[in-house]
Amino acid sequence: MNLSRNWLSDFVDVRDVSDHAYCDRLTATGSKVEGYETLAEDIENVVVAKVTAIERHPDSDHLWICRLDAGDRGHDIQIVTGAQNVFVGALVPAALPVAKLPGDVVIKAGKLRGVESDGMLCSFGELNLTAHDMPGKEENGILILDDDLADKLGTDIRDALLLRDTVVEFEITSNRPDCLSVIGLARETAVSFDRPFSVPTPKVNGANDGDKIGNYLNVTISDPDLCYRYCARVVKNVRIAPSPLWMRMRLRAAGVRPINNIVDITNYVMLEYGQPMHAFDYQCLEGSAINVRRATDGETFRSLDNIDHTLDSSMLVIADGKKACALAGVMGGANSEIVDGTATVVFESACFNGASVRVTAKKNGMRTESSSRYEKGLDPENCMAGLERACELVELLGAGDVVDGVIDVYPSVKPLTVLPFTPARYNAFLGTKIPEEHMVKTLQSLGCTVKDGNITVPSYRADLACMNDIAEEVVRVWGYDKIESSRMNAETTLGGRSAKMDYELETEQQLTGLDLSQIHTFSFISPKSYDKIRMPANSPLRSSVVISNPLGEDTSVMRTTALPSMMEVLARNNNFNNENVRLFELATVYLPHENPNELPDEKRVLTIGMYGNADFYTVKGVCEAILNRGGIAAEFTAETENPSYHPGRCATITAEDGTYLGVLGQADPRMASNYGFSQPVLIAELAFDEIFAHVKLQKTYRPLPKYPATTRDFSFVCDEDIEVGAIEGVMKKAGGKLVETVSLFDIYRGEQLGEGKKSVSIRVTLRAPDRTLTVEEADKVSKKILNDLKFKMGLTLRA
Amino acid sequence: MKEKLTEIRESALKAIDTATEATLEQVKVRYLGKKGELTAVLRGMGSLTPEERPKIGQLANEIRESIENAISKKIRDVQTKALERKLKAEKLDVTIPGTALPAGHIHPLTKVQRDLENIFIGMGFQVVEGPEVELDYYNFQALNIPENHPARDTQDTFYITDKILLRSQTSPVQVRTMEHMKPPIRIISPGRVYRSDALDSTHSPLFHQLEGLVVDKGITMGDLKGTLETFAKKMFGEDTRIRFRPHHFPFTEPSAEVDASCFVCGGKGCRLCKGEGWIEILGAGMVHPFVLSNCGIDPEEYSGFAFGLGIERITMISRGIDDIRLFYENDQRFLNQF
Repeated sequence: MNLSRNWLSDFVDVRDVSDHAYCDRLTATGSKVEGYETLAEDIENVVVAKVTAIERHPDSDHLWICRLDAGDRGHDIQIVTGAQNVFVGALVPAALPVAKLPGDVVIKAGKLRGVESDGMLCSFGELNLTAHDMPGKEENGILILDDDLADKLGTDIRDALLLRDTVVEFEITSNRPDCLSVIGLARETAVSFDRPFSVPTPKVNGANDGDKIGNYLNVTISDPDLCYRYCARVVKNVRIAPSPLWMRMRLRAAGVRPINNIVDITNYVMLEYGQPMHAFDYQCLEGSAINVRRATDGETFRSLDNIDHTLDSSMLVIADGKKACALAGVMGGANSEIVDGTATVVFESACFNGASVRVTAKKNGMRTESSSRYEKGLDPENCMAGLERACELVELLGAGDVVDGVIDVYPSVKPLTVLPFTPARYNAFLGTKIPEEHMVKTLQSLGCTVKDGNITVPSYRADLACMNDIAEEVVRVWGYDKIESSRMNAETTLGGRSAKMDYELETEQQLTGLDLSQIHTFSFISPKSYDKIRMPANSPLRSSVVISNPLGEDTSVMRTTALPSMMEVLARNNNFNNENVRLFELATVYLPHENPNELPDEKRVLTIGMYGNADFYTVKGVCEAILNRGGIAAEFTAETENPSYHPGRCATITAEDGTYLGVLGQADPRMASNYGFSQPVLIAELAFDEIFAHVKLQKTYRPLPKYPATTRDFSFVCDEDIEVGAIEGVMKKAGGKLVETVSLFDIYRGEQLGEGKKSVSIRVTLRAPDRTLTVEEADKVSKKILNDLKFKMGLTLRA
Repeated sequence: MKEKLTEIRESALKAIDTATEATLEQVKVRYLGKKGELTAVLRGMGSLTPEERPKIGQLANEIRESIENAISKKIRDVQTKALERKLKAEKLDVTIPGTALPAGHIHPLTKVQRDLENIFIGMGFQVVEGPEVELDYYNFQALNIPENHPARDTQDTFYITDKILLRSQTSPVQVRTMEHMKPPIRIISPGRVYRSDALDSTHSPLFHQLEGLVVDKGITMGDLKGTLETFAKKMFGEDTRIRFRPHHFPFTEPSAEVDASCFVCGGKGCRLCKGEGWIEILGAGMVHPFVLSNCGIDPEEYSGFAFGLGIERITMISRGIDDIRLFYENDQRFLNQF
């Protein structure tokens, strides 16, 4: 809402308050100021002058030498102009040196083709005005001022054209539609500065010629649930003309384009009273009747801006006997638009259901100034005042003759809200000591009546409905800054995180300790991402929660896997030539419920991605570190069927109870190349929720060994295909209870071993808890291990 | 004989003194060895009178002892010198960088979120989470924002179905908490929220919020101010002041926008605060009685306050980050800075 401070002065006098102080105070009392603009600040030394003589420039066929009378500023000023519309006797804006014009233009005295020019004559464009602001004035010539300025020679053009004003831009919150008006803001201003405030009651004389509105119009409301009140008056003998300067300048300050007197009056009243108005051309109404009704399904309607709409029964229309003439509260119809030949006008001032206007505007894709006001819920009590003000202006402007009589269809008057006045409770709730008298004064100046322990709330403050609302009114005027900080005088509570959150935190710390950096990525992805990571066509993870109104396809489905996000981030880093990148994300994935009316299952996954100085065993090492820290015994088994991964370099991780804990490995080179990679990319996708479920949070102490361990080293040559894990398994089993650890310490491949062979060296540590093992005991275990390896796997010690 | 011994002592001590590490052993053998000079003298003891024998014996022992002492002292000296030489030779260039022990980096959003959480945990708040894909009821209706309410405009929302959406605020977690938890309630709910804003340097369709809620008997707006003041001091420095400006949120009444004094200029006005001296950090207010009663809490008996802030915003202003997209690009060079 843009407020003209000139306009404001009609209702409250704060002219002594500086713009800055005004804005600060209004913000402090709850009407947030976004900023303010001093209009015409960039115009200086431009005055009203009269052309007294004109002669041709001796050296030019288009320049004129004008002599001007600018009153006190000089009675005989010579200015050369190139405009062709000046004439002797014309009143013009003359920029006298040194003058300033909008756009940082500076006018100095100079010579044009050898002839002295002591300034410049201005067009309206040079004063930052438009053809709408200056109707009837020539755009390409000098602005010829109206004759009523003849006695204002030498007057600053800003005063002559009423250009001086300050426009304050307010951010009005949705609960205060009353503040979307000059009067509403004037009331707030008066409360904020403790000044008198009054709104004159509009006075309409009427034509007083025996003609009655009943001769013109009959109004019915068929759907009173969507239309609370409908007021109308008729103006005949309409004389369409431009509005007077003062009205145009106020509209301009408010950011509204002047059109003609009738349209301008509707806009003026909307801005001043906050009451949207509509004007119909009476000639276009068929059947002398207006019916406010729901549209029929499929009914068509062409709006003022010449766009066709198909309506449905959720929308309210203003119809005549045959057709819809306006979409209630949103926009008028092309069929009843005010045109230059309009002779009789119907002014509508109504109150519609906010939600209905909102839905209608939304469905038809046309939010208007009117609809955005109605949807916040307007005051039905304001309809008649607005209508009367419009008719008063019609008479003031001489825009037509107001037919006697008013139509006012008001099916059910809503009683005023009455709330108990409980000052002690407000103070207790706010933690303040605001005097009761101050509260009463504040509420009264806001329009409330405080009497017998009750507050009667004015109709325009539908937002005041409970104790909290009143407390807010009281304290915002008293001053939020006067609320003293206090400590909660309440029961002690235990703060903290859940065990799962703590585990997330620890995992983050552990991973950063392992040289991985944390990333955050969007939860929504492109459905094409599933192809990009080579997810099988029949994978259930291809079914995602789909956003019905996405910003674009790239962010249109909620991810069921965080792998594409990780791959994209790795690819981006690769494009930035970042080397040796190691990342992790603790991400949420969204698995749709089979019933679309149920919320999806949101699961936490831990994705790991790296490239550069890393291989399969690096990413496996990270996974093992997480599992080991959580005390989880897990098995890694070769996985050949996951198309995102290299078929020979992928493992699934399974807990001892068979629970799937994740998958890791090298990205399939085709998948990696989808993201621009030619070098290996290592990834892991861990089921974080399942890992957390298996974590041993409480660890118990095992006594440290009292007796020394014995070690035995074994080296075998075997086929490449044989997994070390399998060999270790046999060894562990063969060794029995005495085996403490079985650990690989070397793998060797070389020519002398032959192709497809490897040498595997494994150390077995043996220990008994209750004694030092004898050489014989250790040898016995060794022998059993060798025996089993020979018979179960065909392995023999390397010679 | 006595003279002979004294002579041996003199010459031995002299020899020891001039010996090097290499010749010291020879000196030792020469005087103390089985065929050494002292032993030779002692062998001649037999020719002494019984009266002389103990005296000379004692003297000989004294001399042996002093030679031995001199030798071990010499050994220590030599060793010390050798060690000093060695240590000197082992001198390192301490200006060469240490062995790289690389570590990763916590994302700045996580770091700030954890800092925020820790401040409120210290004040007795529990951290709770809730679903991101949420029912319209929890995101809007229960929070006093019915269907077709204009307040929905300020949070353009992503919808899944008519009834299911991506939460546009973390407030639904507050409603869910109040539904199953009885006062005293002190919670914070951090997490992802979604609004259909196109991505640019200051907007993101996804960002992180942290909201707080307190419900108990006798909670006042002064308590809200006190809590937020404590928070601001912990987060931005002990000198930080806060300022409340009236505002409107459908789920709180009264409501406020809260500014902190600029932690760069201290309130004098600078580029960060755009000359205002204040930086808007969060929105807050007293929980609307409609919201309380919706969750089965009697607003006549209990009151409470709520507040919410954007983690990206706090991170940006506190770390000097000027583009929100950096958080989601995850450029390693960006992450390495935190």
